[in-house]
Amino acid sequence: MSEHALWVPFFRAIVVFVYFLLVTAVLIWAERRIVARMQARLGPNRIGPFGALQTLVDGVKMFFKEDVTPAMVDRPVFVLAPLIGVIAGFLSMAVIPIGGEVTLFGETFTLVVSDLNVGVLWILAMGSIHVYSVFLAGWSSNSPYPLMGGVRASAQMISYEIAQGLAVASVVIYTGSLRVGDIVAAQSGDGLFPGMPGWNAIVLFPAFLIFTIGMVAEAGRPPFDLAEAEGELVGGFHTEYSGMKFGMFMLAEFMNVVTMSAIMVTLFFGGPSGPTFGLPDAVAWVMPMFWFFVKMSAFIFFFILLRGALPRYRYDRLMSLGWKVLVPVGLVWALVTAAIVLLEEQTVLTTEVRIGLGVAAAVLVGALLFVGAAPEDADAIPDERDPQDDAAQAPGAADRAENAEEVGT
Amino acid sequence: MFEEYLPVLILAVVATAFAAGSLVVSSLVGPRVPNPTKLSAYECGNEPLAEIRTTRFPIRFYLVAMLFLIFDIETVFLYPWAVVFRSFGWFGLAQMGVFVAILGVAFVYEFGRGGLEWD
Repeated sequence: MSEHALWVPFFRAIVVFVYFLLVTAVLIWAERRIVARMQARLGPNRIGPFGALQTLVDGVKMFFKEDVTPAMVDRPVFVLAPLIGVIAGFLSMAVIPIGGEVTLFGETFTLVVSDLNVGVLWILAMGSIHVYSVFLAGWSSNSPYPLMGGVRASAQMISYEIAQGLAVASVVIYTGSLRVGDIVAAQSGDGLFPGMPGWNAIVLFPAFLIFTIGMVAEAGRPPFDLAEAEGELVGGFHTEYSGMKFGMFMLAEFMNVVTMSAIMVTLFFGGPSGPTFGLPDAVAWVMPMFWFFVKMSAFIFFFILLRGALPRYRYDRLMSLGWKVLVPVGLVWALVTAAIVLLEEQTVLTTEVRIGLGVAAAVLVGALLFVGAAPEDADAIPDERDPQDDAAQAPGAADRAENAEEVGT
Repeated sequence: MFEEYLPVLILAVVATAFAAGSLVVSSLVGPRVPNPTKLSAYECGNEPLAEIRTTRFPIRFYLVAMLFLIFDIETVFLYPWAVVFRSFGWFGLAQMGVFVAILGVAFVYEFGRGGLEWD
């Protein structure tokens, strides 16, 4: 790495920055179009082909909007909160390879900002820093709805962070390395039999499930978008924000979708690896970028479908899903993974035994999941309601929610 | 070491410049027409409550924060172990099993006492 010319680190950082910014912009447009279709509407279709430039225009518009800073806020923190969100969002992409090796002006390097030796920890750390943005925004606003939204959102995010951390831990146990490059390389071979991809999503299926649920909750997306439940909390933690600061929160939220999809693809779906169809070397370097983009888009599409299809979850159910189901299952699965890895090390297992073990482990974890997920009072409605929730039913909440919708939710 | 983190540093600078730059540009070109209603807390048109910092929120959130600390530390301990446990073999797995079991007992107790219920 040290023999690279000085421009290489700059090139890597800027390529990744622009790449994820563009993908986020396209995501915002794609989501508005797809959700519109699912609701029998047209969606933005005026600016550019199929309205594709709508996001750009919205971004420019945001610059010319009044940036109201209410009198009661804690100014420095109020300004800092949206910045933390966006910066942490960009930084978490630093370890994700968006393509394979490329050769440019005589320099050969991988398309990643930097393949840190603690890459997995870096991803988790940046996810944790994002919680600060949400909580500080809610707290510094010094206003009831943002405070409730901020507290709720941070409780939700830290709960699912543990479940997610445990799911990622089993990936680390299986690979034996915290370096993202090693995790990608370990998945590039064949799976149990030739022709099957060696993706972690197949081998570590329960961890994959936990991570999928966790990533939706972590990104604060429907059906887990309780932090900004428009019906009761107006806009949640960013109620008092307007203008470009609000735009920063929106950008951070959508960027989170892209980051989470990218992390999912990297940890569980082999990142940029994929068949090159025997293309000549001159063209073959495009294929990893292509595969990464296709896999990531599939997960982004999944996020959009969830938003269009599912109603919002109830907060008590959300917390009990996280703590009673995902955390114990994640812990047990991490230990089961370790046991299977040790078995593999010491004895040579045949494919049948491996499949048998895998199915047995999956059934065990599935049973745990089923026991935990079936509370006796599944249909009971909580008798005591939070007075704050009642307060949020006041008129005006709906109007504000509609405004947020127009700005580009 | 520095070579590895230099691109990350550049990305951090670019991201900070982008985010802070957007806010600065917006504050330069955006209009500024304050009025008392705009500057007060948004409470759906009601008169704002006195001081929000003194309002209470459910004790459950503190409980979640405490639980988070315990389990996050457990997860943090799991990571270095996950990297090196192959060299410890079954003994290492048993050790981690004991560690998880100790927390597991507390977890089951809390589960049983209804500490995870969200009323």
